[in-house]
Amino acid sequence: MWDYTEKVREHFLNPRNVGVIENASGVGEVGSLSCGDALKLTIRVGENDIIEDAKFQTFGCASAIASSSALTEMVKGLTLDEATKITNDDIAEFLGGLPKEKIHCSVMGRDGLERAIADYRGEVVKETQGNVVCECFGVTDLEIERAVKEDGLTTIDQVINHLKAGGGCGKCHDDIEAIIHKIKGDAPMEIIKPVRMSNMQKIKLIESTLEREIKPTLQKDRGDIELVDVVGDKVYVRLQGSCASCSKSQITLKNHVEAKLRELVTSELVVEEVK
Amino acid sequence: MRTVYLDNNATTRVADEVLEEMIPCLRDVYGNPSSMHHKGAEAGEPLNLARRRVAALLGAQPEEILFTSCGTESDSTAINAALVAYPDRKHIITTMVEHPAVLSYCEYLEKKGYRVTFVPVDKKGCLDLKALYAAVSEETAIVSIMWANNETGTIFPVEEIAKKVKSLGAAVFHTDAVQAVGKIDIDMADSAIDMLALSGHKLHAPKGVGALYIRKGTKFAPFLMGGHQEKGRRAGTENHSSIVALGRACELAAEKMEEENTRVKALRDRLEKGLLETIPNSFVNGDLDNRLPNTCSISFEYVEGEAILLMMNEFGICASSGSACTSGSLEPSHVLRAMGVPFTAAHGTIRFSLSIDNTDEDIDTVLECLPGIINTLRQMSPFWAEAMAAKA
Repeated sequence: MWDYTEKVREHFLNPRNVGVIENASGVGEVGSLSCGDALKLTIRVGENDIIEDAKFQTFGCASAIASSSALTEMVKGLTLDEATKITNDDIAEFLGGLPKEKIHCSVMGRDGLERAIADYRGEVVKETQGNVVCECFGVTDLEIERAVKEDGLTTIDQVINHLKAGGGCGKCHDDIEAIIHKIKGDAPMEIIKPVRMSNMQKIKLIESTLEREIKPTLQKDRGDIELVDVVGDKVYVRLQGSCASCSKSQITLKNHVEAKLRELVTSELVVEEVK
Repeated sequence: MRTVYLDNNATTRVADEVLEEMIPCLRDVYGNPSSMHHKGAEAGEPLNLARRRVAALLGAQPEEILFTSCGTESDSTAINAALVAYPDRKHIITTMVEHPAVLSYCEYLEKKGYRVTFVPVDKKGCLDLKALYAAVSEETAIVSIMWANNETGTIFPVEEIAKKVKSLGAAVFHTDAVQAVGKIDIDMADSAIDMLALSGHKLHAPKGVGALYIRKGTKFAPFLMGGHQEKGRRAGTENHSSIVALGRACELAAEKMEEENTRVKALRDRLEKGLLETIPNSFVNGDLDNRLPNTCSISFEYVEGEAILLMMNEFGICASSGSACTSGSLEPSHVLRAMGVPFTAAHGTIRFSLSIDNTDEDIDTVLECLPGIINTLRQMSPFWAEAMAAKA
């Protein structure tokens, strides 16, 4: 059982400002279903750059919901400049502290806010443009560098607790270690992997390709296809309708579905059918 | 607030009858069974009785029962024994859905240079038997496969597998039967299984005691050394009162097995049916035709498990989840991942596990509370509105 403060519990059970602001001035989205938590923050900015309203939708654990609720309470009435100064520590402090394994929930809040403000200002958050280091959770080198610098992180466990980066398969631990050393200035920087899609970006692209390019053709023949999971470069799909019983379904799968995904997403993809 | 305890695959309440038999052992029968005086002898007899009782539940001989400190120790002992007994064989077979007691130890052994085959499962959680049999060779020291899965309740055909893998050349077959013992009929008298692990606290005995069945004639090497106890097979002064408790719990389990498979199963089925009917976008995981009678693994799409658990806790309901957030790890359960449960649902998976202690009232409470909880969380989730819009 997590050691949540009474305030976390209270904000989780009675979250403030749940919902979406219609015609919001700025929208900030972080996380994904596959990562296990996600936040959609909408803000309305009024005169003198004051945040008049903030609402959230969160998929995640109790501390993710409580952090989002706390964030909306904290930013209302602040100017954008004041709001940009809010750190994840401020959010955690507002809640009377978070278990160290849950700090990433407060970081998600801060990132959501930053993106909502950037969206309003027509800017792009610089950290999201870096090279993906942790593929499991789609975290970039710039995000890790920033957390190491601003939050004074010195170990991989701390990076995992803050950003989730490195908390999945663990293949990126050497890269994270290199970033920590680089920032602390006690070791030469290792070469970061080349730019590539994060798992999250890849899954989204697969989904939209299925929707736009593949489903319509299958549906013409009264068939359909459902995305079940994406593991590395393996795309698991379920054929439905007439496709499910069609004797040529394997040909459809390889010649049409796989070929299209390879063309539009990445050439390494392998499509497998789940019955 | 009334407690509705539906987390019996995690641990069970110590049965009153078990506790009653334990107390005198803690208070009066304090001798060391190894001692040469009347207090020692007084302690020895209850141990023998416990061994006979555990053996009876398994259809085994008393001398085939080794007492340990827990299910994990039993598993480690079994695997270690096989590797020591067959030093030339460097291959282990297990499954992708084992309990960490076996899985983590096998991963450790893999790092130490053993070749380990992790057999996959299909979307119902059933083993790929073809892949399993294809992996067996004369190099295989041990095949370790759980009898029933702790998360989904799916039962594996271990009797059949044991016969087959031994005919194909595997030296030893071990099964982690921690979730199966007391819930399904087990008869080691007519079986090819060499070793079987069980745990006390899963069947209404206290925590801190387990047993390992070792078929007569199976080559064995101890895991704990440093004493003559358990005929040199497990050193260390016996956890006397808990072993006595385990014996009584096994006797009770035999008496209650029918109830487990009728009344408890009916409660589980009513819970499951009720939830599926009232909560859209939910589905049950596991092999529905071949499952423990007490276990229900159910996924609710677009919500997260820890949030569900904590909201249920507000109503006194205790269950567990396959979600990442509850365990402190960041990825959902390896069992759900191995089964290919879609990521829209893996994080929102709840396990209800019942016991003979549960009543109709318990099920009513869950059926009253959970639909509202899931709805509340879905209204909060950015993906629910999206999914509903996409559907419409």
